[in-house]
Amino acid sequence: MKYSSQMVAKPYFIFALMLLAGEIIFGLTMSIQYIYGDFVFPAIPFNVLRMVHVNLLIVLLLFGFMGSTYYLIPEEAERELWSPLLAKITFWVFLVAGVATILGYLFVPYAELAKLTMNDLWPTMGREFLEQPTITKIGIVVVVLSYLLNVTMTVIKGRKTTISIILLTGLFGLAFFFLFAFYVPDNLVMDKFFWWFVVHLWVEATWELILGALLAFVLVKLTGVDREHIDKWLYLIIAMTLIAGLAGTGHHFFFMGAPGYWLWIGSIASAAEPIPFFLMILFAYNMIKNRRIQDDNKMALTWAKGTAVVGFLGAGVWGFMHTLAPINYYTHGTQLTAAHGHLSFFGAYVMIVFTMISYAMPILRGRPHGNCAKAQKVELASFWLMVIGMIGLTLALTVAGVMQIEMQRMPDSAHALAFMEAQAKITPVYIVRSLFGVMTFLGLLTYFYSFFVKDDKKVA
Amino acid sequence: MSERITKDMARNIYFGGGVFAILIFVGLAFDSAHQIPKLSHSENITKSVVAGKKIWENNDCVGCHTLLGEGAYYAPELGNVFQRLGSSDETTFKAYMQGWMAAQPLDTPDRRKMPQFHLTPEQVNDLADFLIWTSKVNTQQWPPNIQG
Repeated sequence: MKYSSQMVAKPYFIFALMLLAGEIIFGLTMSIQYIYGDFVFPAIPFNVLRMVHVNLLIVLLLFGFMGSTYYLIPEEAERELWSPLLAKITFWVFLVAGVATILGYLFVPYAELAKLTMNDLWPTMGREFLEQPTITKIGIVVVVLSYLLNVTMTVIKGRKTTISIILLTGLFGLAFFFLFAFYVPDNLVMDKFFWWFVVHLWVEATWELILGALLAFVLVKLTGVDREHIDKWLYLIIAMTLIAGLAGTGHHFFFMGAPGYWLWIGSIASAAEPIPFFLMILFAYNMIKNRRIQDDNKMALTWAKGTAVVGFLGAGVWGFMHTLAPINYYTHGTQLTAAHGHLSFFGAYVMIVFTMISYAMPILRGRPHGNCAKAQKVELASFWLMVIGMIGLTLALTVAGVMQIEMQRMPDSAHALAFMEAQAKITPVYIVRSLFGVMTFLGLLTYFYSFFVKDDKKVA
Repeated sequence: MSERITKDMARNIYFGGGVFAILIFVGLAFDSAHQIPKLSHSENITKSVVAGKKIWENNDCVGCHTLLGEGAYYAPELGNVFQRLGSSDETTFKAYMQGWMAAQPLDTPDRRKMPQFHLTPEQVNDLADFLIWTSKVNTQQWPPNIQG
């Protein structure tokens, strides 16, 4: 660790991992409710489980990005963080707001929560991923602004690198597009249209800039490849991200009431969305092939390659599967969408956070050469458990989606099965999905365990 | 490929391509925002439809159902429920909705459960009006069949 203020990243990383455990536990609970509808009902109905599941994901990724930035920025700027104290304060503010919101979801009926938080004054609740009470959303804005201030001041006063500028661009984009969460028109179609400005332009545009910058940082550190070379790749990746990803928003505008030209524009633009993810694979493998240093932290490199490959599979391959309008006509809003969502969020965003944690945590814990070989072995096992678990559950959801489409979507109105009948026939596949979910969770527990593994020789 | 491209070229592709992509997207977004009120029949949004949308949101219906294909995939699509369960007839649909909402949760073991939301008959009426309005949005002929 070169700068003592990088230490503020540590609690962010630890809390992000705790939230990930919570996210998986709620996911597993939902997957059981898919099979036994009475499981934990009426104590926690499905919509509440889902709200907690997806909100934990968003918050854990924000914590992960923040921790990663606080670690990265001092090294890139070659100076201490502008205000480590502010970073500590925002951590606790965000933690308390996040925990309070999740407890609110769990212990107060949602309509009651809307009343308690005076949603009528400025209604923003009850939309997918943006379920947070308005007051929490305002809290998120405050936290993100103070974080941006801290990071921007550090960069302004220090060395400016391509990586830090692109990371900042992504973060400002994240903050800007979140503001659309406060716009809720009475017209449902307008509402949906601008809702995607938050959701799509986060995950398929601005977050990809963040992902690219974090990946580039880890590769610079672990491979010792010339920055000129790394920066060039990074520019190409994010150029393709914006060219394909912005107009690619159109693949969400096919069938929700937007003009018909999106059928063409959305299909064509989003067909190019796998390209930046494919470039990320080439990028990671090329840099590693041409590396000039051998870092003892092999796991960080494994995660870096993993995030590139699984990100491409989840976002690129599984996205492309149903991004063309004539196909999406049948797949829109089926389990296939869920399959894509799970693997892309895991591969692109959860795994880049793992990459950063696996790179930075050993250093923050006073192990500049990475964890001991034995701990890395355990971590490698956790890597495969989680990756295979997630790919397995994605394949299960894909089969579920295809079955649903065959039974419910493809036949004409006289012959199509009703939603609930089709779902009943898919139950065996949902059991397989749950089992792979358990595997993923065991992988995470193994990962946690790897933090406590000590080298046999040194113990004695 | 990458050997022939310099960092400066890559940066120019990023700035040039990025600005171009933003301009196209913003232009199309403006045009869409202009067209959507017509395509969705904004003029038919009554007080009751607005109130129904609030009820939809305040009870997080989208946490289980899809609406025009967006939401969770645990419960049936409701964008065309007016046609599917109300036979496109207002009286039939509203009577159905009153009965359905009052009967939740259904007493069928292990079937997925819909919670009891304790809505007043007036609120159910608003919710029905919202779903009827939604069912008339121009969705490019989606969904493929009545099952949604």
